[in-house]
Amino acid sequence: MEHIPLNFPFLAAALLVAISFYIIIFKKNLIKLIMGIAMLASGVNLFLVSLGYRAGGTAPIYTDVPEGPMVLAVPQALTLTSIVINVAVLALMLTMVIQIHRHTGSLDSEESRKMKG
Amino acid sequence: MDTLITHSSILIIGILLLAAFLTPLVGRVSERARNILVIGSLAFAAALVFALARDISFNGIHVYALGASSPGLATPEGFMVPVRIVLEVDGMSILMGIIWSIVALAATVFSLSHMSKETGQTRFYTLVLLMVAGGFGMMFTGDLFNLFVFLEITSISGAALIASRTRFADTQEGGFKYIVISSVASLMVLFAIGVLYSQYNLLNVGALAQAMQYTMLDRMALVILIAAFAMKLGAVPVHMWLSDAYSVAPVSVTVLLIAASQSCMYALMRTCFTLYGVTADLTAVGWIIIVSGILSMFIGVTMAIRQTDITRLIAYNCICESGFMLVGIGVGLAVLADPGALAAYGTTAISGAIFHMINHALFEGLLFLAAGAIFYRIGTRDLNQMGGLGHTMKFTAVFFLLGALASSGIPPFNGFASKILIYESVYQFSPILTIIGIFVSIITLAVFIKVFFSAFAGAPLPRYKDVKEVPRTMIAAMAVLAVMIILFGLFPGLITDWIIRPATDALLDQAAYINAIVGAIP
Repeated sequence: MEHIPLNFPFLAAALLVAISFYIIIFKKNLIKLIMGIAMLASGVNLFLVSLGYRAGGTAPIYTDVPEGPMVLAVPQALTLTSIVINVAVLALMLTMVIQIHRHTGSLDSEESRKMKG
Repeated sequence: MDTLITHSSILIIGILLLAAFLTPLVGRVSERARNILVIGSLAFAAALVFALARDISFNGIHVYALGASSPGLATPEGFMVPVRIVLEVDGMSILMGIIWSIVALAATVFSLSHMSKETGQTRFYTLVLLMVAGGFGMMFTGDLFNLFVFLEITSISGAALIASRTRFADTQEGGFKYIVISSVASLMVLFAIGVLYSQYNLLNVGALAQAMQYTMLDRMALVILIAAFAMKLGAVPVHMWLSDAYSVAPVSVTVLLIAASQSCMYALMRTCFTLYGVTADLTAVGWIIIVSGILSMFIGVTMAIRQTDITRLIAYNCICESGFMLVGIGVGLAVLADPGALAAYGTTAISGAIFHMINHALFEGLLFLAAGAIFYRIGTRDLNQMGGLGHTMKFTAVFFLLGALASSGIPPFNGFASKILIYESVYQFSPILTIIGIFVSIITLAVFIKVFFSAFAGAPLPRYKDVKEVPRTMIAAMAVLAVMIILFGLFPGLITDWIIRPATDALLDQAAYINAIVGAIP
C-alpha cells in the first residue's frame, strides 16, 4: 500500500462521482439511473474511507494492537452506516421501477412519464 | 418530571421509533389498539415538545449527550472535542419541533378516515411514525452525520409513503422522483460532511463552527450543502419533482412532506447561520438564495395558473410560498456581516421567513387536507369535473377558503402577518423584491378564487347529489389547523414575542450555540 500515491484514491472517488452525475442527468433508462446512484454512493464511500487512511496504518481494533499508526475509525463507521442506508434506498428504488414497468410497460423515463407541466 | 425533561430530546425520537416498531405487532391484534398507539405516541411526543419548549425558554439551550455519565456532558474530561452523539435543541430547533408535532398529529388524525379504505394501513402508520421520528431527529441533532442519517430516514419513509397506493401509476412516478432527488441530495450532504471532516476531524456542528477557517474546501462544502438542501426543499431550478410528488401522495402524507421540506429549510439555515456564520462572507450566498427565491415565487405562481388538477395546483403554490421564505433568509444572509443593516431590517427579514415557515405548514396543510376531503368524496382531482360542492360540503368549503385567503396574504389571517414582515424588511433592502412579492400574492389570490368557484360555487351538479360532508375525524384535523391560522392571524404580536423572536435570536447567536457544546471545557 505504501507505493500507491496518497491522492490516488481521491482521484478515483472524484472520477466515480463525476461519471455517476453524468449518468444520473443524461441517461433515460431508469435502471441505469439507479446504477448511477449506486455509483455515486460508492464514490462517496470511497472518499470517506480514503480520508481516514494513514500510510502504513493498521485496522482500528484496539485489542492486541501492533506498533505503528492506526487508520481513523470514524470514517469507517460513517461508511458502514452509509452502505446500509444505500442498500435500503436502492431496494426501494428497484421496487418502484418494477411497479412503474408494471403500469406503463416501459423503463424509458420519457415514455413512462405521465406528469408534465 | 425533571428527569423527563432532561431526557426529553432523545425520548421524543425514541418513543416514536419504538411505537413505529410496535405498530406492526399491535396491528395484528386489533386496528383500534393500533390507532390508539399511533395517535397516543404522537400526542405524547407533542406534549414533550411543548414541555421542552417551556424548559428552553427558561434555561436556554438544551444539550443531550447520548451515553454520557451526565446528560449535559458533551465534552468528557480528557477530551478536547465532543466525542459522543450530541443532541442540541435551541429556540430555532424547538420552533421546528412545534410545527412538526402539530402537523404530524393533524395529518395522522386525518388519515384515520382518509386511509380507512386502503390496504396495508399498518405499514402506512409504521412509515408515518418513522418519518416523524426522522424529522424530529433532523431538527434536534447537533451532529452533522446524524443530520445525514435522519435526512435519509425521512426521505426513505417519505418516498415509500408517496408510493404506498401502488394501484395508481402516477404515485409510483412521484415516489420514484422523490427518492432519486432525496438520495442524490443526501449523498451530496455526506460528501460535504466528508470534506469538512477531512480538515477538522470533527462532526459536531458547534465544534466545527468554532474551528471553521473558511478555506477553499470549506467554501466547496458550503456550496454542496446549499445545493443539496435546496434540491430537497424544491427551490427553483430543482423544483420539478415537488409538484409530481406532492400531487400524487395521499394528502396526509403531502402535509408531512411539506413539513419535511421545512426541516430541510431549517437545515439550510442551520448550515448558513450556525455552521458558517459571520466568519464567512455570505453576501454572495444571500444573493443566490434571493434569486432562487424570486424565481420560485414567479415560476410557482405562473405554473399554478394553468393547472386543472387541484392538488398539483396547491403544490405549485407551495413552491411559490417557499420563495417568500428564501427571499427573507437571503436578505438576512446578505446583510449578516453588516450589524447596522442587520439590526435595521435583517433580523426582521429572518423573523418573517421563520414566521412564514410555520404559517406555510399550517395553511398549505389545510389546503391539501381540504383537497383530500374532496377527493375522498368524489374520487377525482380534476377541477373541470367539480362544481357546486359548497352546497353539501360546507365545512370543507369554509376551510378551503380560509387556507386560500391565508396563503394569498389577506388580513386578518396568518399569511398576512408573516408576509408583511417580509415585505417591509425586504423593501429597505431592495424595493423591487417587495413589489414582485406583492404582485405574486395578488396572482395567488386570483388562482385560488378560480379554484374556489370551480369546485365549490355554482349550482349543485346532479352527479354529486349524494355527496355528503366528510367524517368527523377529518373535520377535526382541518379544524385544528384552521383555528391556529385564525389565532396566528389575530395575535401575530404574541406569537412573534413568544416563539419567533427567540428562534431568530437563537439562529443569529452563533456564539451561544458553540458555547453550549464546547463551553464545558475546564
